[in-house]
Amino acid sequence: MSEIYELRVNGVDYPVTADANRNLSGVLRDELGLTGTKEGCDDCECGACMVLLDGQPINSCSYLAAQAQGREISTVEGLMDRDEMHPLQTNILECGGVQCGFCTPGMLMSAHALLERTPEPSLEEIKVGLSGNLCRCTGYGTIFEAVAAASKVEKVEP
Amino acid sequence: MTDTSAGSTTTINPPATGVGNSVDRPDASAKVLGSFEFSNDLNHERMLWGATIRSPHPSARIVSINVAPALAIPGVAAVVTHHDVPGSPVYGLISHDQPVFASDVVRYQGEPVAAVAADHPDTCRRAMVAVEVVYEVTEPVVDLLTAATAKPVHPDGNVVRRVPIRFGDVDAVGDIVVEGTYEMGMQDQAFMGPESGMAVPAAGDGSIDLYVATQWLHEDRDQVADCLGLARDDVRIHLAGTGGAFGAREDVSFHVHACLLAQHTNRPVKMQYRRDESFLGHVHRHPAHMTYRHHATNDGRLVKVECDIVLDGGAYASSSFAVCGNAARFAAGPYKVPNAVVNASVVRTNNPPCGAMRGFGAVQVCFGHEAQMDKLAAALDMDPLEIRLLNALETGDRLITGQILDGVAPVRECIEAAAAFPLPPISGNDVFDQPGGAGRTADPLAVRRGVGFAVGFKNAAFAEGFVDDTHARCRLENGQVTLWCAAAEVGQGFVTIVRQIAVSTLGTDRVELMRASTADIGSAGSTSASRQTYMSGAAVLKACEEVAEQVRLAIAATHDVAPELVTIEGGRARTIDGRVDVIVADAIADVRFEAELRHMHRETYPLDEETGQGDCDVTWIFAAHRAVVDVDVELGLVKVVEVTTGQDVGVALNPLHVIGQIEGGISQGVGLAVMEEIITDVGLVRNPSFTDYLLPTMVDMPDVRITLIEQPEEGGPFGAKGVGETPSLSSTPAVAAAVRAATGLELTRVPIKPQDIALG
Ligand code: FES
Ligand code: FES
Repeated sequence: MSEIYELRVNGVDYPVTADANRNLSGVLRDELGLTGTKEGCDDCECGACMVLLDGQPINSCSYLAAQAQGREISTVEGLMDRDEMHPLQTNILECGGVQCGFCTPGMLMSAHALLERTPEPSLEEIKVGLSGNLCRCTGYGTIFEAVAAASKVEKVEP
Repeated sequence: MTDTSAGSTTTINPPATGVGNSVDRPDASAKVLGSFEFSNDLNHERMLWGATIRSPHPSARIVSINVAPALAIPGVAAVVTHHDVPGSPVYGLISHDQPVFASDVVRYQGEPVAAVAADHPDTCRRAMVAVEVVYEVTEPVVDLLTAATAKPVHPDGNVVRRVPIRFGDVDAVGDIVVEGTYEMGMQDQAFMGPESGMAVPAAGDGSIDLYVATQWLHEDRDQVADCLGLARDDVRIHLAGTGGAFGAREDVSFHVHACLLAQHTNRPVKMQYRRDESFLGHVHRHPAHMTYRHHATNDGRLVKVECDIVLDGGAYASSSFAVCGNAARFAAGPYKVPNAVVNASVVRTNNPPCGAMRGFGAVQVCFGHEAQMDKLAAALDMDPLEIRLLNALETGDRLITGQILDGVAPVRECIEAAAAFPLPPISGNDVFDQPGGAGRTADPLAVRRGVGFAVGFKNAAFAEGFVDDTHARCRLENGQVTLWCAAAEVGQGFVTIVRQIAVSTLGTDRVELMRASTADIGSAGSTSASRQTYMSGAAVLKACEEVAEQVRLAIAATHDVAPELVTIEGGRARTIDGRVDVIVADAIADVRFEAELRHMHRETYPLDEETGQGDCDVTWIFAAHRAVVDVDVELGLVKVVEVTTGQDVGVALNPLHVIGQIEGGISQGVGLAVMEEIITDVGLVRNPSFTDYLLPTMVDMPDVRITLIEQPEEGGPFGAKGVGETPSLSSTPAVAAAVRAATGLELTRVPIKPQDIALG
C-alpha cells in the first residue's frame, strides 16, 4: 500500500509516495534520487547506508522510511556547507582514505555523528565509533587518521 | 630503502602532480560528496529491474522449469531460461564450461536457472518465487581430497589441472627433514559494492550497451557477445563505478542475464545482487590442502622442497588453471631451493566455485612454506629470521621452474625492513588493548604475546604464455591531454597513476582519462595479477612519449633547429643553448598530436607438462611481514597488535596510494588469518552475510608500519612494479606464526578459530 508523506532531508522537505514497508535507504536512493547513501548489505551489517536521524547515526537500510517523518535526516549530500567541504571530507581526501569510495559516505556520516557527540574523541573512541562501518579497501589506517585530524581541526575552532 | 614518510627518488618537474607525488585521486572529490555514480546508482527512466533465480541445491537434476506462473504476474516483463540463450550456452574465463543458465543439472548452490525482468524489485521477488523449478537432488561431491576420483561433477572431468614440477635432483636428501600438512579455508573478496549494472538495448540495430562494475571489459565483451550470438562490436561494455573487486569481478556474473532480459523486453534492465546473493554469485579464494616436506643441511640451507597441493575449484573452472599454476610455481617460497618436487592440482566439487582473489594460488602456498620455514628453524635451533635470510632469493638465482630470476629481488631488504621496526610495548590493561576488544572478555593474566615472521613472493602480470597486451591512446590538443585506456578502475588508483604519468611526460596537469569502454579502444587486459600499473601504465607512458616525440619534431621545425638538438625531459622540450625551453603540452597550439599503441611485456612460455620447467614469468614481487599478537590462551581470542612490512614496490609512483594498497592488503591478510571463512556444509554456504562472515573492522585492525623498498624495475613505467597483491601474501602466515609463538600450538589451518586455541 502506497503512503504519502514528507521527509526532511538535509533541511529540505521532500514529498514521498512509497509503500509503507520501504526502508529509508531505498526511499532516499530510488524515490528522492539521493544516491550518495549506499547499500552494501541491506541487512544492518556494513554501515554504507549510514545517515543521521536527529544527529544519531542509523543504518538507513534497516529503518522504515515512514518512521523518519518529522525528524531531521542528514545524508552525505548535506555535509558540505555551501561550497566548503566539511573538514572530514577534506581530511579523508588528504589522508588518502578513499579508494573505491563505496564505504566513504557511511564513514563520513558515522565520523560526523561521533565528532558532534564527542568533539575530542580518544583514539579508541574513534575506532569504536567507526567500527560499524566496513571498508574492504583501505585497512582503515588512512580513514582513522583523517578522523583524528578532523577532530583536532574542530578542537582549535572556538 | 624509503620509509613511508619519505618521497621517492624520481626527479620531479613542475607541475608537482607528476609521478612520485601523493596526488589525490581525480574521482575522490565526487566520492566524498556522494555524487560519484556507482554501478548500483545507475538509473534510466524506462528501466526494468532484473533478478536471478538460483538453485537452492549444490547438486541436483533439473526435472522441469515452469515460468508461466511468473509471467502471469502483473508487472513481469520477461522470464528467460537456457532456452532463450541464442549463442553459446556456456561461458568462462579460461575455458568455457559454465552454463549461462543451468539446463539439465545444477552443480553449486546459487547456480542461475532463470532470470526475470519486472517493473519493480518487489515484483521481481514475487516472480522469483513463482517460477516453478522441480529438482531431483543428487549427492554432492564436497571432499577435495577424494574429488579427483569421485563421480564426475562436470562432463570435463573432476581435475581441472595438474601441475608437476621436477627440478634438480628429485632424490636429494637433506641432513634434516621437516614435514607438515596445512589447510586454508575459503575466503571471500567481500568488496563493498555488490555486483550491479545496467544493460541498454540500442534502438533498431540489435546491438547492446552494458554498464557494469568489472575487472576486464574486453573479456566480458567477448564472453557476452558469444552467448548472445552477436558480433563482438555489437556488444559495448562500459565501466560503471566499481566498489572494489579483489578478483571477484574477473568472471562474468549477471552480464549475460541482464543483456538477455534487455533484448527480450527492449528496455534497459538494471540488476544488482543482494549481499547474500553476492556471496553465492561470485567465485572465492580456493580452499587448499598442502602437504610439505622440507630438506635442509645442518647449517640451515634448503636442500629440497617436496609439496603436494590440492585446491578446491568448485564446479566450474573460472581461473583455476592460473591459480594452480601459481600455487605450483611459488610453492617453495622466495628462497634458494636447488631441488624440488611439487604436485599441484585443482579439482572440481559441488562446493562454491572458486577463482581469482588477490594473490591467487601464491597466498595458499605462502601459508604452507612459511610454516615449514619456522618448523625448520625450530628443528635446527635457528632464529626464524636467520634461516630466511640465509636462503633468501637474489637476482640471478634459479627458481624451481628453472627460470633465472632476472628482475630485482630485494628479499633480504624486505625481511630486514620488516624486522627493523622496534617491537611494540606490552599492551596495557585497558579493555581496548585486550584480545576480545569491545567484547571485553579477556583475562589479562591469560594473555600471551607472540611474534611471527613470513616472506612471500609471486609473479606480476600474466604468465605461462598467455597473451598479455594492453592498449592506450594519448591525444594532445591546445594544451589539453586526453587519454584512453580500457583498464578497469576498481578502487586501486589506476586513474590517479596514469594521470601522473601523463603529467610527468607532457608537462601539464590538464589531463583527462576517458571512461573505460570497449567502444573506444582495445583491451587493457584484466585489473588483476598486480598488472595494470606495470602494463597499462607503461602503455600510457609510451603513448605520451610518442606524442612528446611528435611535438619535439614539430618544435624543431617551428624554431628552425635540427630535431636532434631538441631534448625532452620531465615534460619540457629544450635545446642546450637555451633557445628553446617550453612545456611540451603548451608548445604547439591548434595542432592535434595523437598516438595509439599496443603494449606487451616480454614473451613468456608455458610450463613443460611433465617437469614444470619453463621461462613462464615476466616479473616478480616480494614482501616480508612481521606480526605481533596478544592471545588469550584460555578463551582463544586473538588481538593482532601490529604488522610491520618491507615491500618491494619498484618505484612508488604515488607513495600515499601505495601505502593504501599495502594497508588494505594486510587487512585482508589479517582477516584470512583469524576471522574470514565461508563455511560450507555439504556444499551449502552457511554464512552468506557480514553478520556471520566476519571482516576486520577498524577495531580489529592492527597498527601497520611500512617500509617501501624502492629498486626500479626494468619494464615498469618510471621503474614501478605492481603493489596490489604482495601485502596479501605473507601477512596471513606472519599472523599465524605469531599465534603459534604465543600459544605453542601447531595451528596448521587458517583462519585460526578461538576453539583451535582454547581446545588445542
Ligand atoms: S546497507 Fe545498511 S548496513 Fe549495509
Ligand atoms: S574505500 Fe572501498 S570499501 Fe572503503
